[in-house]
Amino acid sequence: MSNKIKPVFVQGNHACVLGALKAGCRFFAGYPITPSSEIAEILAIELPKIGGRFIQMEDEIAAMGAVIGASLTGMKALTATSGPGFSLKQENIGYAVMTEVPCVIVNVQRGGMSTGLPTQSAQGDVLQSRWGTHGDHEIIVLTPSTIPEIYRLTIRAFNLAEKYRTPVILLLDEIIGHMREVLVEYDDADVERIERVRPDCPPDQYLPFKPDETDIPPMADFGSGYRYHVTGLCHDETGFPTNDPVKIDKMMQRLNRKISRYTDDIVEYQLDGNSDAPVLLMAYGSSARSARQALRIGDERGISMSLFQPLTIWPFPETAFQAAAAGKKKIIVVEANAGQMKREIERLVNRDIQVQLIGSLNGEPIHPEKILLAAGEVG
Amino acid sequence: MFNYEKYLRVKKFPHIWCAGCGDGTILKSLLRAVDHLNLSKDEVVLVSGIGCSSRTPGYVDFNTLHTTHGRALAFATGVKHAKPDLHVIVVSGDGDATAIGGNHFIHAARRNIDITMILFNNFIYGMTGGQASPTTPLGAMASTAPYGSIEPNFNVSELAKSAGASFVARTTAFHTGQMENLFIKAISKKGFSLVEVIVQCPTAYGRRNKLRSPVDMLKWQKDHAVPVSAAAKMTPEQLEGKFTTGVLWDIDRPEYTDQYRRLIEKASGQC
Ligand SMILES: Cc1ncc(C[n+]2csc(CCOP(=O)(O)OP(=O)(O)O)c2C)c(N)n1
Ligand code: SF4
Repeated sequence: MSNKIKPVFVQGNHACVLGALKAGCRFFAGYPITPSSEIAEILAIELPKIGGRFIQMEDEIAAMGAVIGASLTGMKALTATSGPGFSLKQENIGYAVMTEVPCVIVNVQRGGMSTGLPTQSAQGDVLQSRWGTHGDHEIIVLTPSTIPEIYRLTIRAFNLAEKYRTPVILLLDEIIGHMREVLVEYDDADVERIERVRPDCPPDQYLPFKPDETDIPPMADFGSGYRYHVTGLCHDETGFPTNDPVKIDKMMQRLNRKISRYTDDIVEYQLDGNSDAPVLLMAYGSSARSARQALRIGDERGISMSLFQPLTIWPFPETAFQAAAAGKKKIIVVEANAGQMKREIERLVNRDIQVQLIGSLNGEPIHPEKILLAAGEVG
Repeated sequence: MFNYEKYLRVKKFPHIWCAGCGDGTILKSLLRAVDHLNLSKDEVVLVSGIGCSSRTPGYVDFNTLHTTHGRALAFATGVKHAKPDLHVIVVSGDGDATAIGGNHFIHAARRNIDITMILFNNFIYGMTGGQASPTTPLGAMASTAPYGSIEPNFNVSELAKSAGASFVARTTAFHTGQMENLFIKAISKKGFSLVEVIVQCPTAYGRRNKLRSPVDMLKWQKDHAVPVSAAAKMTPEQLEGKFTTGVLWDIDRPEYTDQYRRLIEKASGQC
């Protein structure tokens, strides 16, 4: 922490903007929707001041398209939305996966399907963030739970997007998007900013989708002299459509592998509390705040627990979670939905371990007492 | 003879278009226009959505972007806004541009962003096998209008004009010289420009609508096109069933990326 930098008291959406700018984001396209609109509103002010570009598009589909177009010119680009808008973006998110265009999508989750609860919180888009676009694909999704974490993970989202040439989803929720906490921004010198690898071969030798041993092909900016073709159709290393099953398989396998093989680098989690306790909590986003509070109260009351908090929710930190879960009597999954991650957790752990959901569908934060009650049931 | 190969990705041929399809004719006029304007290939970005017409970018040696159905203008807006020095040209089918992409179309025109859009109007969904589109004429046959279309069709050029485009023109695949000239004007125009090209799709449209051969379809284009100058002297009765060609609209309006450049100067305190 630098002492030159003054702490600020900001809401989560604002912290996200500060993180994006710190990461080098210079393009934003969006469409107004609660509870994410502050991200657009603040960037509308800030981006032009530094020569960046803001645009309010006609809908979320267009915003996603514009972000991909901007990224192809070499700019770090962001869009932000919520529930209904996230649904609309899905087709073009798949396009970015297929064409390996780095970009960051913020979804400040709100309650319900359809228009739902525009001003209240939920975590009902966890599986949509994983599987929302059609087709088999890998995706990176980050779930911060505090304002400093939003700041840090927004920077990380851009870095992962650039490093792996992929869209990265930052999954917030209304609670952390709108609540305020103290944030101390990073000194520029302390920030790691990753840039996509650009080609260094002569343009006529550039094969835009031919990877080296990293599985991640260098990416040229439109207008930089490397003329190439980008299509959402299955394509070969030259970037042109192909129907050849061998080439298609090669491309599809690589697109999945280029994320899965780097799981260790991508996943991030936090483990707290007493690791010998019989009860393990699993919580992320605003629910991790409830779980953390339960952990503190439990300490006072002699209810011993530990907490596993994924900061990367996709790919899920499976190995670390399995290690944390070994020997537990009970796992309590705390999430503001009907059990989306609970199913994932059941898949990962030994059947002897009881997995219980403390969920919520009513837009309210999860009360720590509910967690303590469930934890206290363990003898 | 014009050297098309200078601009083509020759290795990517043969193309996917049917024999007699007019899409390739439009491509030729586009390349001649780009050549006439002496644009650097590095600075041209050709963007499309999905459809037969939208396959055009794959064959040309520019920066080329084949996007999702209807969304070409959204992607193109991102490219242009991020790098205003690039020449951004969009090619789109009538379904792509006016059905699924209708909203992007009117808003790109309204913003008056400096993008040239070439709309391949073949009155039908070609790629998916002949379903009705918003430009299918009333009464015409389509696989999803098997008793004849009961929906009135869009007048695409009027739509662009009303929405705010700076330049609007119409031509046909038959009138290749005019088409090339209109492309030159449209690309040179600062602001949103549309060139609607009426083009034959013998496979999905002609076959169902008593225009048996590509030649019949080209003749139809020739016989039904009325230059704007001639149309001015004709009565509505005489114009019935015909369409006007040439420059339909040409005005100067503030352009979006120019406006944004000024906004940057203002916001960053440079003025
Ligand atoms: C979201 C989505 N809906 C539908 C389609 C299927 N589709 C592909 S091309 C097309 C219509 C193309 O017609 P048009 O835009 O008129 O172009 P043409 O093929 O006639 O050149 C449709 C409906 C798609 N690819 N994506
Ligand atoms: S279906 Fe029609 S538009 Fe498509 S390639 Fe064939 S003739 Fe052209």
